[in-house]
Amino acid sequence: MKITFAAALFATVAFVVPAAAEDSVKLIDVIELSGAGATAGTNWKNGVDLAVAEINAKGGILGKKIDIAHYDTQTNPGNTRAAVQRAIDEGTYVVLGPVFSGPIGASMQIAQKAGVPQFVGGEAASLTKQGNPYLFRSSLNQADAMPKLANWFRDDLKAKSVAIVWVNNDFGKGGRDAMIPELQKRGIAVAADIATESGQADFAADAIKVKGSNADAVFVYLNEEESARFLRAAKQQGIDKPLVGETTLLGAKVIELAGDAANGVKGHVGLSVDAPIPGFKTFSDAFQAKYNYKSDHNGIKGYTSVWAIKTATEKNGSFDREALMKTMHGFRISPKDVPGILIETKWNDVGDVDRESFLAEVKDGRQVITKVLPMINP
Amino acid sequence: MDQFLQLLVAGLATGAIYALAAIGFTLVWQTSQTINFAQGEFVMLPAILALAARDLLHLPFWAAAMLATAVFLLLFGVGFKRFLVDPMLKHGVLPLAIATMALSILMKEGAKDGYSAQAAQFPSMVPEGTFSLLGAAVSLRDVAVFVVAIAAIVALQLFVTRTRLGRTMQATAQNPTVARILGVRVERMILLTFLINAGLAVFASYLISPIYLAKFSNGEVIGLSAFIAAIVGGFNQVRGALAGGFIVGLVDNLAAAYVSSGYRTAVPLGLLVVFILFKPEGLLGRREERTV
Repeated sequence: MKITFAAALFATVAFVVPAAAEDSVKLIDVIELSGAGATAGTNWKNGVDLAVAEINAKGGILGKKIDIAHYDTQTNPGNTRAAVQRAIDEGTYVVLGPVFSGPIGASMQIAQKAGVPQFVGGEAASLTKQGNPYLFRSSLNQADAMPKLANWFRDDLKAKSVAIVWVNNDFGKGGRDAMIPELQKRGIAVAADIATESGQADFAADAIKVKGSNADAVFVYLNEEESARFLRAAKQQGIDKPLVGETTLLGAKVIELAGDAANGVKGHVGLSVDAPIPGFKTFSDAFQAKYNYKSDHNGIKGYTSVWAIKTATEKNGSFDREALMKTMHGFRISPKDVPGILIETKWNDVGDVDRESFLAEVKDGRQVITKVLPMINP
Repeated sequence: MDQFLQLLVAGLATGAIYALAAIGFTLVWQTSQTINFAQGEFVMLPAILALAARDLLHLPFWAAAMLATAVFLLLFGVGFKRFLVDPMLKHGVLPLAIATMALSILMKEGAKDGYSAQAAQFPSMVPEGTFSLLGAAVSLRDVAVFVVAIAAIVALQLFVTRTRLGRTMQATAQNPTVARILGVRVERMILLTFLINAGLAVFASYLISPIYLAKFSNGEVIGLSAFIAAIVGGFNQVRGALAGGFIVGLVDNLAAAYVSSGYRTAVPLGLLVVFILFKPEGLLGRREERTV
């Protein structure tokens, strides 16, 4: 009897498991679930999971359910490289993540060499300058955002001098390097150029230095948790000049962590659940219902990446990685056709993304959109 | 001048918190002649426990903080001594030091998996805002943190030097054998020392978490700074840890402002190397000789 049962079990495992594997497509998400990028990575992961649940509920991609797995990089470039290699070895169709630019830069060649498309959340300008055709952003290139912000410093804030506080990693240095020439072109002096460390806990000295610079405005370009800590320190040290940032500084998690200190912060946001776009509202409600907190821009990035993969794959009619890579270049998706993409989005020939973006301000603990900016190349 | 004054106040506030944690190093050293490598995590955990109690048990924050304090004192005051220090000390100080390293990882990973890998806002228990001092806008919170931390340290000093129980505790730390001959209940005194260490960690945790945000990895920064403070000030003297805390806090802030944030950790570490080379007993510490 035992032998019969074992034989039946063996037969079940032998025949059912491969059949189940064939009915699904594997997507592996290599993401920051701990370390300095935990906030960004967790939002991205939850956005990915939400999209996967919705897509699977509607029959998956080309009739195959998505089999998603998340590997924690601990925000460590070495771990990221190992996780990307593992994802490729395990046959992922596409590599999702990571979000931080440094780990992306350290690992993207592995996916490129294997011919596996990679959808990332990084904003550093350098990422898409390296001629990697398999890399696709889910957020705006920071180099595209800085001219818009520099105009704002000059035209709206009438700033003659700006203090820059940036995080000394690929993301922060890329933003700083893109912003300084834009300010100088507009005749705005850099009153202070303050580098901070990733994961830094105490920003009192940096805030005091900013205050001492007597700049007309402050450009803050840090990751999520550090942004919140800086805002709290700025309030404690009595900085009363406009604090301006790009997407991260006005993110939902930063506002939650910074509390009152976030009020009055202004900036440019590439993605925001508070933007007057119907798709964002639908996404935000679903995210809130599932995770019981408000998504930041990284949640939208993860969510729309999965929908972009589904749309391009179904256009191709097969799970061909090479075809996916080719389709994505110059690909445009409208929410009228694919509601999951949330906002009209276009990828150019180097994998940069183009969409409408927004100017925003934090009022009473909420991000309020003050202006919608058009696509760069509509 | 305004900037320097602000940096001075911020440095003293940070230093006062480092001093609270550094005193924990000296207390454990005095009673068990070992280094508690989980001291940073001792400062990280109470804030996480308070937030977990608030979120999971839906308690008001003050009740959650009180519950977290009680649980922490029980687990990391009494439990730390009974279940880690007592059994391991029989095998020498090195196994105990290694065990505290393991405890530090356990606490950190436990906080990450049991609560969250993300930072969380922690309510401030001191007033916020700024006031004018000699023309500089000084942070009210920095001053309040400094005053509260110093008050806790002064209370500890008064207890140790002015009360019978405190003097007995000190005598036990200096020479447990003689203390036992004189009828002192040595075990109880050692337990009291560990409870005080846990209590100071709770204080430091509730003061620093509104600034750093509550996060499982906070212990790394605090533990390193407090360790440097204890070495610089003198590992075997409470007043040494106090002085070391202020020195490290000031050096840390001044280095961040006048050198760079990238080197803010390196400068205190340089100070540590200088002290180990030229004054290993620390600024206010006693020379100790041991047979090895």
